[in-house]
Order: sequence, then structure tokens, then C-alpha cells
Amino acid sequence: MSSLRVPVVEKILSANDKVASLNRSRLDALKVFSVNLMASPGAGKTSVILQTIQALSKEMRIGVIEGDTAPVTIDTDKVIAAGMPAVQINTGGDCHLDAVMLKQGIDQLPLDQIDLMIVENVGNLVCPAAFTLGTHANVLIASIPEGDDKPYKYPNIYRGLNVLILNKTDLLPYVRFNMEYFRQGVELLNPGLVTFPVSCQTGEGVEAWAGWLREQVFKTRKAWL
Amino acid sequence: MHELAVTESILDIAQKHAIQAQAARVTDIYIVMGKLSSIVDDSIQFYWDMISQDTICVGAKLHFDRIPAKLVCLICGNNYTLDDGLTPCPQCNSTQVKVISGEEFWVDSIEIVK
Repeated sequence: MSSLRVPVVEKILSANDKVASLNRSRLDALKVFSVNLMASPGAGKTSVILQTIQALSKEMRIGVIEGDTAPVTIDTDKVIAAGMPAVQINTGGDCHLDAVMLKQGIDQLPLDQIDLMIVENVGNLVCPAAFTLGTHANVLIASIPEGDDKPYKYPNIYRGLNVLILNKTDLLPYVRFNMEYFRQGVELLNPGLVTFPVSCQTGEGVEAWAGWLREQVFKTRKAWL
Repeated sequence: MHELAVTESILDIAQKHAIQAQAARVTDIYIVMGKLSSIVDDSIQFYWDMISQDTICVGAKLHFDRIPAKLVCLICGNNYTLDDGLTPCPQCNSTQVKVISGEEFWVDSIEIVK
């Protein structure tokens, strides 16, 4: 019997990252641009998706993957009612989607018929940040009533973002929300992060966000040609 | 809450390398974890004791090397360490900062018995 130190240096959760890169290759091969939409529960993920579908449905086909912790099809039904294919993934109580779950969702979507895939992650500001899915862009929806301190309390999710949507701006007159403090926190974590203030209630800002997304879809598509 | 998935990943990695090294068992696992990786050591230990049963890693001790969160100010070049919470550059108050360390998250080495 002898004791021996074996060097490893292997990233934890690297198995997830491997599946995520397979997901990405598959999406690239079929020219589907994809976003991972994250937020706390009630920030307005589904509302933003429905508004996005409304803004872009004349120009492109959008498929949606709905991550839920319980087998309820409330969100999926809404997307299907809006005329777009949607697949529900039930995480069985898990607090986040991971790359393997996303793969199962992708398997069920008619990928050859869509240009944009939106993944609605489980409502949570902690765990989704640790699991890459293989999507092209990470998007977070923060909302005014959640408070201006969220970047400080959930730094990891902000650090990995490509875009931030600040939803429910129509509530600004009624809620104490220090915009400068919020923006400072975001800036510390992710300097220069593209941010879209949006209200799904009034429709304000939706076009700007949809415009960004449209540009990404066409830009990426061009790069694939 | 995702500590279970993290612990399972640590077990997978340790088992794979132990088998490659033809170990009889694993006695220690050295984990490098940046302070920014928002993982609770105690929860990992708790799951570890459950899921390492009946594996080559049963009873192995987990060692956590916590790397401090260090930032550099992109305006004045000042390096500083975060204690608690997120703060602008203490020298010039700029919010344009970059993380230098604190995001590490890997299994560094294992101690095995052959």
C-alpha cells in the first residue's frame, strides 16, 4: 500500500459543458440562433417571450423551450396559442435547466423550421448561472419590483450576460427603485452590458429589444452562410 | 441548490482519475474554488457523504482551497480584493473593473492509495 498524489485539474461541471457544446454545434448546423432567457420567478419571462413573438413573427419562425419545475403547461400553452412551436421540459423539481435537459427539448423541436429558439429557464437567479446550455446568448430579465439591489446579491448571473432586459418600467412611479444604484451594480459586474428597459404592459422598449434580437439572428445567419 | 450536481461532478472526476491511476481507494480530494463561485462547502460535504457510499471514494476527505476575489480597476490600474459584497475601486471609485481571480472551480488533485 502506498499513498500517491494524482494531479487532476479538471473543471467541475465540465460534463455539462461538453453536452452544451454539442447542443451548440447542432444549433449552428441547422442555423438556429438561440437565447437562454433567465430571470427570477415573476419577472416576466413568458410575457417578454409573447411580446417578442408578436414583434418578430412576420419575419421569422420562433421555437420556444419552456423549463418548468412542475408538469404544468401554462407557459407552453400560451406560446402555442401565439402560433409558435413550444416544448415543455419538466425538471422534476430541479432549480435550473442543464445541457442534457436542453438536448431533450431540442430533440422535440422542429429545428429545421425555425430561425430563433428561445429557452425559458427556470425562474431562479442562482443556479442557471452555473449551467451553460449551448445557446448563443444569455439574457436576463430583471424587473423593477424585484428591487435595485439584485446585481449585488446575485452577481454570478449578471457576470455571464450578453443582454439585460429591465422589465416593468411602467411601475417605476410606484416603486422605490434607485436606477443609478442598479446600473452601478450591473456596470461593476459586466461593463457596458447592453440593457433594454421594457414594459410588457405598455409595449414600451419591446421594439428596441426585438431589434437587437433581429440583428443577432440575421448577423449570425450571415456568418453561417 | 445545485450543490448536488456539483458534488456528483466532483465524484465523477475523482472516480475517473482514480481508476486511471489504478487506485485501491481515494483518501483526499483537493478542490479549488473561487470566492465568486457561490457554492456552499458544507452542502457539498453533506451530499458527498451520501453519494460517495459504495464508491472508491467513500470516506475521502474534501479539502477546499478558497481563492479570494481580486479585481483590477481599468481606469487607475489599482488591484483590490473583495471582502463582502461588490464595491467600486476604493482608490478612484470607478465601476469599470475586471475580475482577476475568484471564479476558479476545479478538482486540483486527489490523494490515492494503491
